[in-house]
Amino acid sequence: MNPIRTRADSPWGRGVGLRVGGLSWRVSPRALVVAVVFAVVAVVVSVVSIGGGDYPMSFGEVVRALAGRGDASTDFIVNQLRLPRAVTALAVGAALGLAGALFQSLSRNPLGSPDLLGFTQGSATGVLVATVLAGGSGLGLAVGAVTGGVLTGVLIVLLVGRNGAHGQRLVLVGVGVAAILTGVNGYLLTKAQITDAARAVLWLTGSLDGRDWKQATPVLVMLAIAVAVTASCGRALRTIELGDEGARALGVPVDRVRGALLAVAVLLASLAAAAAGPVSFVALTAPQLARRLTRSSGPNALPAACLGAALLAAADLAGQRLVPGHQLPVGVVTGLLGGGYLIWLLTTERKAGRL
Amino acid sequence: MTAPASRLTASGLTLAYDRRVITRDLDVAVPDRSFTVVVGPNACGKSTLLRALARVLRPVAGTVMLDGERISSWPARKLARTLGLLPQSSVAPEGITVSDLVARGRYPHQGILRQWTREDARVVAESMRATGVEELASRGVDELSGGQRQRVWIAMALAQQTSLLLLDEPTTFLDIAHQIEVLDLCARLHAEGRTVVAVLHDLNQAARYATHLIAMRDGRIVAEGPPAEVVTAERVAEVFGLRCRVIDDPETGTPLVVPAAPSIPAASDVVKVT
Repeated sequence: MNPIRTRADSPWGRGVGLRVGGLSWRVSPRALVVAVVFAVVAVVVSVVSIGGGDYPMSFGEVVRALAGRGDASTDFIVNQLRLPRAVTALAVGAALGLAGALFQSLSRNPLGSPDLLGFTQGSATGVLVATVLAGGSGLGLAVGAVTGGVLTGVLIVLLVGRNGAHGQRLVLVGVGVAAILTGVNGYLLTKAQITDAARAVLWLTGSLDGRDWKQATPVLVMLAIAVAVTASCGRALRTIELGDEGARALGVPVDRVRGALLAVAVLLASLAAAAAGPVSFVALTAPQLARRLTRSSGPNALPAACLGAALLAAADLAGQRLVPGHQLPVGVVTGLLGGGYLIWLLTTERKAGRL
Repeated sequence: MTAPASRLTASGLTLAYDRRVITRDLDVAVPDRSFTVVVGPNACGKSTLLRALARVLRPVAGTVMLDGERISSWPARKLARTLGLLPQSSVAPEGITVSDLVARGRYPHQGILRQWTREDARVVAESMRATGVEELASRGVDELSGGQRQRVWIAMALAQQTSLLLLDEPTTFLDIAHQIEVLDLCARLHAEGRTVVAVLHDLNQAARYATHLIAMRDGRIVAEGPPAEVVTAERVAEVFGLRCRVIDDPETGTPLVVPAAPSIPAASDVVKVT
């Protein structure tokens, strides 16, 4: 009888021990390759994206300008005008990918993403309140998005309760909160001045137009913090996936780890929304694609972040080039792609009997 | 008779979920190097007691002591290197392989800079060998049969390398052959020098494998001691409300509970079903 060979028989899928002196780590080569490949894809797509527009430039010209060796005009166009937008796209994509990976792992649900758990709607409520009450300057929108997202997070945690912060309940409460906030958002839009409402709707679509360092920096800072926290809590998080009790029995401070990671995920999603609006589906899709490509269980945080950056950069490029002479906001593109992906996912999972 | 030494004891234990009190003022001691089995009817508090002994449930009142210290003051990871619990409600993450799952039992031995030592690899391999799942190492856990899966979970608990092992209904949902397989494994782990505590549903299996039996009802301990002393017809009637005879197990000589035949009602009393 032949033993059944499975995907994990190849050394790719397995963790490989890496030991230096008394120190040791466990690395999955496959996950590392996925992360690096998509990081490279994200950067290449961004360079292509920077090269496009009213003043087209070749790939080489863009790279030279980025390296600080272009002429004055390309240097200005690349580094002053187009780079901030590209970096915002990468940062927002990575933030959404990482936040989605954390939410899906914490909720133990493949649909646990900020879009479905109500955080995106919360950010939107914050923005609408800022718009209606304060007329909505750029900074006001950002503050509104972060405040709305964070307050929604606090509300959901309170509703879920200390003893029930496990997956199913988090998702159900989140979906409920999302529904309520959608209603609130609709009401706020009807109350807004028509010009404010138009601006709010534009934000609600999710767009990278005219983004500069002011939008990119907070997301980048939060990303750095999030990567550090995720790296230090990663093993604990993988253990929590076994169930709260199992994790406690293994010595994981479950409540503390979950609290910290939930806070990080909420802040990532809210800051991403503040920078680019509620770009839909990246947080849902990136971790799932990452899981399929790495073929490993666990949050797959780093591959998900790299995939998120690549997805958003690609969606933005597609939005700029797909319809000649007409730019689509990035949120429209991710919505179209992500919705299709979600339907595909639901049908295949259903066929596989997992849903 | 002097009581045997106990590293794990509880006194005055009141346990509750929210406000629903499950047990009140319970005292219990797990004899060292015993295979202790807790039995009792559904909802008698046996799993609750086990969870409190493993510190995953905080008592409302009373204390659990381990090695002479309050278990609540033990650092979490040190506790996890001393006492292992296999809960009922474990979830295998989607797509995880057997060796990966077993490796997660090494968590309390690892640190951020010591994530996968040679010792980790050795213990994981040994745990899989001890439970007979080494052939399955690279298989996905979701492809396994119930019995195999349960052995994988036990391997994970073994990888923790604890001298005390608590198992919450390790045989539930298994067919009879796999139940015996898991219990044989537990007996072997006990024979190797571990203190094993298990919650079991089947009284006959408990009587056969336990060296120390704890019978619970309505959150109280009704009887404890060697199975031959605890399992009597009167006790079974008292604990489970079941009329029975207790005979010697023809295989092992341990008590065997044989439920009494139902008194068949007279034919005239039976409502005809057509």
